[in-house]
Amino acid sequence: MYVAVKGGERAIENAHRLLAHERRGDRNVPELSLAQISEQLGLAVDRVMSEGSLYDRELAALAIKQARGDLIEAIFLVRAFRATLPRFGATEPVDTGAMRVQRRVSSTFKDIPGGQVLGPTFDYTHRLLDPQLAMASDPDAPALAEASHAPTPRVTDILGQDGLIEPSPQTVEGAPVGDLTRDPLGFPAGRDLRLQNLARGDEGFLLALGYSTQRGYGRNHPFAGEIRFGEVEVEFFAEEIGFAVPLGSIELTECQMVNQFKGSATEPPCFTRGYGLAFGQSERKTMSMALVDRALRARELGEDLVAPAQDEEFVLSHSDNVQATGFVEHLKLPHYVDFQSELGLLRKLRREFAEANAEPALKEAAE
Amino acid sequence: MNAPTYNFAYLDEQTKRMIRRAILKAIAIPGYQVPFASREMPMPYGWGTGGVQVTAAILGPDDVLKVIDQGSDDTTNAISIRKFFAKTAGVATTTSTEAATVIQTRHRIPEAPLQEGQVLVYQVPIPEPLRFLEPRETETRRMHALAEYGLMHVKLYEDIARFGHIATSYAYPVKVNARYVMDPSPTPKFDNPKMDNCPALQLFGAGREKRIYAIPPYTSVVSLDFEDHPFTRYKFDAPCALCGAEDSYLDEIVTDDKGSRMFVCSDTDYCEGRQAAGHRGTQNAAPHKEGAHV
Amino acid sequence: MSEVTRTSDQPLLVAEALSKSYGRLAACRDVSFVLYPGEVLAIVGESGSGKSTLLQMLSAQLAPSAGHVSYRMRDGVLRDLADLGEAERRFLFRTDWGYVHQDPAQGLRMAVSAGANVGERLMAVGWNHYGRIRQTASSWLERVEIDVARIDDAPRTYSGGMRQRLQIARNLVTEPRLVFMDEPTGGLDVSVQARLLDMMRSLVNELGLAAIVVTHDLAVARLLSHRVMVMKEGRVIETGLTDQVLDDPREPYTQLLVSSILPP
Repeated sequence: MYVAVKGGERAIENAHRLLAHERRGDRNVPELSLAQISEQLGLAVDRVMSEGSLYDRELAALAIKQARGDLIEAIFLVRAFRATLPRFGATEPVDTGAMRVQRRVSSTFKDIPGGQVLGPTFDYTHRLLDPQLAMASDPDAPALAEASHAPTPRVTDILGQDGLIEPSPQTVEGAPVGDLTRDPLGFPAGRDLRLQNLARGDEGFLLALGYSTQRGYGRNHPFAGEIRFGEVEVEFFAEEIGFAVPLGSIELTECQMVNQFKGSATEPPCFTRGYGLAFGQSERKTMSMALVDRALRARELGEDLVAPAQDEEFVLSHSDNVQATGFVEHLKLPHYVDFQSELGLLRKLRREFAEANAEPALKEAAE
Repeated sequence: MNAPTYNFAYLDEQTKRMIRRAILKAIAIPGYQVPFASREMPMPYGWGTGGVQVTAAILGPDDVLKVIDQGSDDTTNAISIRKFFAKTAGVATTTSTEAATVIQTRHRIPEAPLQEGQVLVYQVPIPEPLRFLEPRETETRRMHALAEYGLMHVKLYEDIARFGHIATSYAYPVKVNARYVMDPSPTPKFDNPKMDNCPALQLFGAGREKRIYAIPPYTSVVSLDFEDHPFTRYKFDAPCALCGAEDSYLDEIVTDDKGSRMFVCSDTDYCEGRQAAGHRGTQNAAPHKEGAHV
Repeated sequence: MSEVTRTSDQPLLVAEALSKSYGRLAACRDVSFVLYPGEVLAIVGESGSGKSTLLQMLSAQLAPSAGHVSYRMRDGVLRDLADLGEAERRFLFRTDWGYVHQDPAQGLRMAVSAGANVGERLMAVGWNHYGRIRQTASSWLERVEIDVARIDDAPRTYSGGMRQRLQIARNLVTEPRLVFMDEPTGGLDVSVQARLLDMMRSLVNELGLAAIVVTHDLAVARLLSHRVMVMKEGRVIETGLTDQVLDDPREPYTQLLVSSILPP
């Protein structure tokens, strides 16, 4: 006699138990500490903080450990935790012009006030596997120099002084900051929400889209005006005391792309902007984001909408890797009932097809 | 370390209020998709986050919760969601349709008639019935606003022209309260008539797509069709092999590698109830034994 | 086509001082005219003369920078198109108006069968009987000389001329009173054009349609229209009965057009 499948509950428990076992791996190998992840897999932590939209290195490290190194799973863990946190308000805008830069490069000017700073970068390393690293490593201490106190104004601000680049759109004083985690995203989206969406967006997705603009699908002739990485102060305006209080500092990467100019009968030509910002050191992400941000301004700038990267609904609806992975992976869930409906319909259609095609033969036989 | 602590039914009260406001609006405009600020939930998008958020927002300590997936209380995702609420809300759970006050479902409507006071919460993957005809949200919202549903009938026309009848077997579109065309979620069209004039409140939650919609109790729900090609409910050739029911939706079970098949109720609670009441199908001559429920 | 068969003394569409500019560029300047029921007006001119901009304003797809377009609704009331709500405008487009695009792919659903293409407008206004929708679609396919056996084929399997005829059937099925046509024979072979024009002419006559036809092809204007408006650099430079204007043009530019010296 047939008995319907039971025991799903125990199967789940056992699967989770096995998962925890696999996560730990060989118990003769020392277990990873969160400090090790945070210190030695720092760029992974940066990505999880950025796309998880939560600045907390320790939680991001925990998420990476729990996710067995699957960064999208880790981002998901961070997001799910973040969703339950109360919201007190928005901080004052951070001043990236006052960033204590660890790295700062411009591809538009050879020399810039405050100088170019190469900082910690894979650029110019030869990509040769280093067998030395397989052993415990003890790299040389970094070279030191006198700290420079010269200001490091943003390259776009320098261009802006001469009107060579369009001004950043001015925000209305006191206007609420859009937040797509609190209000559903509608179309067309404002630039604040678009940038938030891109900042949370999947690095690989943005990379591919940004790349596609370079290959001619919505080309916008970008120059990396400036990429800077370093620490900025975060301040929060407290209503009760009437002034902004410092909350601490965070590490940010900012990329400002300088793009092909626009002009019209009434306005002189000037360069246009594309903007990228992410937590930690995330250059690929911020550069891609800046390309895509600029591409998404096509309508505003009166350009033809011809490429995927210019299609706001397409880009913003598919950039979120937590949403994307959930829906793609939900195909693993049972679909018995729908499949049964399709099966029934298909059998019916096939039967009708067979009957329709059998008819002439029957007639002949009858004759 | 910020050790996580969670509220009753997981979501914080502010979020619940936001969702309840969306639900109230949805009830006021039957079939209309209300955008809401869907949160990340601790289960993946596409696995019921919309339904879970709706359930979390309406659940009270005295509620009795039933969760089904594919009609069954015992599929893994149903167990996982039921356990989630048992843990985060501490509510009583049940597998009995009659005993439940809130029923969260994926892909089915229970066979036992729903009653006044019950709430059926559907998990919805794609809330927009026009999505596969017109991919743009800006355009579909306009079509709903202007009640421009010609395109939907074009699809049904094409089905008939090509196959001789409407070839939509699940997620079969309906018109709610003679106004909005609505996706009933991927339930088989067999279940569509149960939505019409139903005494229970029906709520639909789409987490990834950030939409909530509703059918208030006793609201007209009409499956789209043509006068000369009326909507028909799918009919099975044989009754349930376990309980003999002739009016229920059946799962097809492949019983061996030679292509043998049997058909049994997809609604396990309904099937077990009938067997307990002494009904028998062809494959079930022996008295029914309660399956070990772990 | 020389006789104007006015079925009413009340104008169907009135354009008053229509202008459209983009920055300093004036695409269309100070265009006024009146169209009566059953009347066919051709707007001719070369590319960039502003005729397509004018057509878009007349069909409420583009807001004029200055001026007004009014249309007499089926209830007899003359309404300014700018005052119509979106729902009303879209309803007009589904019922009382037709719009024939130069490229049939823009006016048809290319992946949907011919029958559904013709039936869509009927379903949009509430027809709910498959058999009757199909029957009406069949009779329209016959009227535009498409083999009814092709009713279940998608227009992407059709030739250019067939697509254009299907687009016309799709527009006329709700018996509109006014049809806008944008270069309806553009991109077709000469022999195909002749057949299409012939068919359009008899349909317009039979149905007593009013039409506004934008074309750079004077042969189209001569065959279809009662009146002609000649446009140059956004302005109407000459207007009158079609035969009069084409046989005896007053403006030097029109004379050039008629002698076909100007490229299309």
